[in-house]
Amino acid sequence: MTKPVNPRGTPIKEAEAVGIEFPVVGKARYNYTTGEALGVFLAGLKQGRILGTVCKRCGRVFVPPRMYCSYCFRPVDGWVEARDEGVVVTAVASYIEATRARAEKARVVGVIKLEVPGYKFDDHFFPGIMHYICVDDEAVKSMGIFGMRVRARWRPVEQRVGSITDIECFEPAGP
Amino acid sequence: MTKVAIVGLGWSGFSPEVVDMSFREMMFKAAQRAYEDAGGLDPRRDVDAFISCQEDFWEGISIADEFAPDPIGGAMKSVYTVAGDSLQCVGQAYAMIKSGLFDVVVVESHGKPSDMLTLHDVMSMALDPISLRPLGLANIHALAALEARAYMAKYGVGPQHLAEVVEKAHRAGLRNPRASYAGRLNAGDYELSPVVVDPLREADIAKFVDAAVVVVLASEAAARDLSDTPVWVEGVGWRTETSTLELHDWAFPLHARMAAEDAYRQAKIADPAKEVGFAEVDNRYSFKELQHIEALGLAPRGSAAEMLLEEPSTQAAACPSTSAAARWPRGSPSKSTASPD
Repeated sequence: MTKPVNPRGTPIKEAEAVGIEFPVVGKARYNYTTGEALGVFLAGLKQGRILGTVCKRCGRVFVPPRMYCSYCFRPVDGWVEARDEGVVVTAVASYIEATRARAEKARVVGVIKLEVPGYKFDDHFFPGIMHYICVDDEAVKSMGIFGMRVRARWRPVEQRVGSITDIECFEPAGP
Repeated sequence: MTKVAIVGLGWSGFSPEVVDMSFREMMFKAAQRAYEDAGGLDPRRDVDAFISCQEDFWEGISIADEFAPDPIGGAMKSVYTVAGDSLQCVGQAYAMIKSGLFDVVVVESHGKPSDMLTLHDVMSMALDPISLRPLGLANIHALAALEARAYMAKYGVGPQHLAEVVEKAHRAGLRNPRASYAGRLNAGDYELSPVVVDPLREADIAKFVDAAVVVVLASEAAARDLSDTPVWVEGVGWRTETSTLELHDWAFPLHARMAAEDAYRQAKIADPAKEVGFAEVDNRYSFKELQHIEALGLAPRGSAAEMLLEEPSTQAAACPSTSAAARWPRGSPSKSTASPD
């Protein structure tokens, strides 16, 4: 048998959820060039700052940043710093690990709409970040997480490497 | 049916490793140049569709077509991706414009092979997973070497001919500011080049470069608006041979011959050796230049090598000028064949 029995998947309730070990990195390996935009972004994270770029023609702020405005097709006009807090736009709770093993504790991942002083954004296009949210899955089930204010929980400076994981997760920031 | 023209061309990179720009930033740079070349065209307003030529394994990103629109002005517009060489995209754009449904179509392609840490393993993923990959070829160039051997044995081509191709291409590259690997080589230098897979030496194999190329194609009416010097595309053809390597012709690129015949038919070229004034041929391996000259009908089968030795500066009387700068000293950006030369 070399094919999965049920390629459409098996409902979680019925699954024996047996973990399978597989190499995360296969034979095809890459060394992605960050370029200017993401290079500056990652360097900013190491300093505990979330940086984005701004197009002054349309007012869009790009987080994660890019050096061009996709909508105006022109170079962006410079850098802005987003606050490391915002509101949750959407979130899910995951009960299964990437290895297919059942997670001991549900992990919540979501998208956070960030705030940039001096700029206003609608719900269609906004500077955002997708990250873990350190809340109980009940917050997702109850839908209470939507619109929740959250703030980045940064790793200690000495542990930061210039990666999106320099932020451990976003946690409730209070009202 | 409208005529089709190339009205703008832009590029970025063409160096062994572009360290300061991501592939997206290279795409943006190439697009800016192409749109300026096309009379200051605004991609948000003036372009009907975009095509990007790329392949997920080369990108290291699956569903990489999602990354295509933003850097070239195609956000929220009609964009699709072709997993193939950029020249295929040019052919597709040509057909789209010929259909009468599109006036201006942009073709983008890029390669950033310096991002690949395991180039050989990535290239091996192109092999049939059941019949070939288990062989675990030590070197992916073995496939080209098998073709080289078959061609050379059948048509009496020797290493001196390959050396001449290599020397000519490197020398021609010195006149091309984008040719990263240009240089003055002689036969002695060629022989010092280490053998990779017999008969191919390192010097026979195009090295890679990082590059992005953007081409703007337009219908006749649009072309006349956008450019004073449109380059009319008179014919396009492409063919793909069988995926089973064992079943394809090892000694001669029939696919290239048939594709050329398609293009010549459209362009009403009956005798390419007489009517074609200039040809740029793919020479990612030295022997491929000879094969492709023959496949294009610019020299009789098996005769390109001798013609090259007789008339190296212009290739041959029957083939007035080929491969002026060629892929090889410029390097091979993996998906961007459309040349800015």
